[in-house]
Amino acid sequence: MLTAVAALAALAFLLALGLALAARLFAVESDPRVEAIENALPGANCGACGLPGCAELARRIAEGKAGVDACPAGGEDAAREVARIMGLEFAGGGERMVALVLCNGSDQVAARRFFYNGVYDCASAALVFGGDKACTYGCLGFGTCAAVCPFGAIDMLPGGLALVAPERCTGCTKCVAACPRGIIKMVPARRTVHILCSSHDKGAAARRKCSVACIACQKCVKAAPEGAITMDNFLAVINYQADVPESVAGECPTSAIVVRSAEAAAGGEAAARGGD
Amino acid sequence: MGRGFFGGVHPPHRKGATAALPIEEMPLPRRLVVHFVQSLGAPARPIVKKGDKVRKGQVIAEAGGFISAPVHAPTSGTVDSLDLHPAPSGVDAPAAVIVPDGADEWAEGCDKSGGGPEPDAAGIRELVQAAGIVGMGGATFPTHVKLSPPPDKNIDTLVINGAECEPYLTADHRLMLEQAEGILGGAALFATAIGARRVIVAIEKNKPDAIETMRNAASGREGFSVKALDVIYPQGAEKQLIFALTRRRVPAGGLPMDVGLLVQNVGTAFAAHEAVRLRRPLIRRVVTVTGGGVREPKNVLARIGTTFEDLIAFCGGSRDDTVKCIAGGPMMGVAQYSLGAAVTKGTSGIVLLRRDEVCQFAGDPCIRCARCVRACPMRLNPSALSIFAERMRFEDTEDYRVMDCIECGCCAYVCPSRRPMVHHFRRAKAEVRARKRRAG
Repeated sequence: MLTAVAALAALAFLLALGLALAARLFAVESDPRVEAIENALPGANCGACGLPGCAELARRIAEGKAGVDACPAGGEDAAREVARIMGLEFAGGGERMVALVLCNGSDQVAARRFFYNGVYDCASAALVFGGDKACTYGCLGFGTCAAVCPFGAIDMLPGGLALVAPERCTGCTKCVAACPRGIIKMVPARRTVHILCSSHDKGAAARRKCSVACIACQKCVKAAPEGAITMDNFLAVINYQADVPESVAGECPTSAIVVRSAEAAAGGEAAARGGD
Repeated sequence: MGRGFFGGVHPPHRKGATAALPIEEMPLPRRLVVHFVQSLGAPARPIVKKGDKVRKGQVIAEAGGFISAPVHAPTSGTVDSLDLHPAPSGVDAPAAVIVPDGADEWAEGCDKSGGGPEPDAAGIRELVQAAGIVGMGGATFPTHVKLSPPPDKNIDTLVINGAECEPYLTADHRLMLEQAEGILGGAALFATAIGARRVIVAIEKNKPDAIETMRNAASGREGFSVKALDVIYPQGAEKQLIFALTRRRVPAGGLPMDVGLLVQNVGTAFAAHEAVRLRRPLIRRVVTVTGGGVREPKNVLARIGTTFEDLIAFCGGSRDDTVKCIAGGPMMGVAQYSLGAAVTKGTSGIVLLRRDEVCQFAGDPCIRCARCVRACPMRLNPSALSIFAERMRFEDTEDYRVMDCIECGCCAYVCPSRRPMVHHFRRAKAEVRARKRRAG
């Protein structure tokens, strides 16, 4: 009995010694900041930074190979936290940018020219005569952007239209890359006046395909301050650097200009940040 | 003899409606919509403006490079407008609307027998190129490019493809019955151009009359033979046809010339015969207008640019319960959204289908029954590929060789979940190509 206890104790001691030595000999130097930074990042592994996942970005930041604000999805709050961990100053980033689908042509107002029976995905639909939507610039509505959004920030409306919820959008730009029409743009979250149309068709043609299309009448260009709205090949485009008064929306004969409340965006932003 | 190649399916032939009907030439329609892009490769450059007078056979779009083909005016008349029009291949593409003047007058240098001796290899290539001849089986690859193999490739055999394995279509079948001499004459030109000693005309066994006609016509010609093939789809696909005939395997991503072969469609051979011996550019072709939705199915000799609307009217119009119009055959053809689409050099048929003839895609989940795996003539795994494509795992589709897919549609044909398989693969291929371009 005593021998057995002694033998096992001796064995345990020897193995423990081995482990202790191995821990010394083969110790891997690791930066404790990496883990802290990883915790400060959103953890969605969305790839918006261009690296395979948050852990890799955390490592790069700790090594000084990436900036503290390298995570587009985390925004200002994450950058500030990362800067604190790194002991660096974060001066405050630029504006918070959110994605915006520049089309308001739901099935109620925009025509579809044939019955599409293929793969339920915008890029696949675009392979068939450019898509079933009569307007070749408009939102196809099969939700490819919503499918790639890592943050569930894009809702598909029943009328076949994608709508970005600004309060949930982190600005990772994955939807911008996924949209086969290229009609999702990044805009400052605080802006409220938008021209929700991307059609470069001439007025009559655009109107025939969609009743809320920009018909290039230029009324908004005249009503807005100089340079705030410009014409680009039969399409009015807002310059988001400039202030566009909300009254301009009333000038648009087709209601292509809409005012979306900034409160939702701002309030939601705080909620989203506080939430996780 | 066993099956010629792995996989394949046996769709009903449905060729009975038109197989016995002689080719009818369609009178000139009131307007022709001539697409500028009618071949693979670089798009042709339009050289006409609105209001221009053109004559039959005059070049209206120049080849955009070596891998490209010019487009000719199908009749004499006036260019009414230049605009986007639906093309049967599935895009809205630039086209010239030509209003015929009724004179149907040939341009200078066209439509005369060359006289004198037959041109040599280089001369044949030149005339074929100038005539804008492309693969008329549907792929529309410029023919002169296939006739210009690099010097290190030794092509010993020319295959004239008269398999016509697509259901419903009988355009090649009728052409073989009615123009056997012209087809073999064109084949002889191709053989001269590439220096092939052996010419095989390959025909599926469900066309015994065509086999007999071609055998009789070929009997006097040195090196020519006619082979009867088992009836299985896709027997007419290039790689499958080559394997069935010669047991040679075209390597993945390779061309038939890598194994010493050249394959040309019977329609292409006939077009070459007309181009070289009669100096007639490619401005018309045989189109089978058929399917349960057509009142009087016909094999029509139509000008390039004839709209589907006019063609169908020529065939007695469509029945009221028609729900689908397909350009080409039902297996590989492209469904059209507008009958304003116009015949191009690759349009072998127009199939109008009634509601009871159409099977709607459902896109249900894959149940992994592996019927598609048994059916795929390229020995791919369509089941896995479609799932990867669905989940946007495009790198995996590339590893599973999606780029080898010939889009024959066998997988979709056998799928009990009625998944739009080929559509998934086209998406995946587009994505893989786009990624390669981005990576440089």
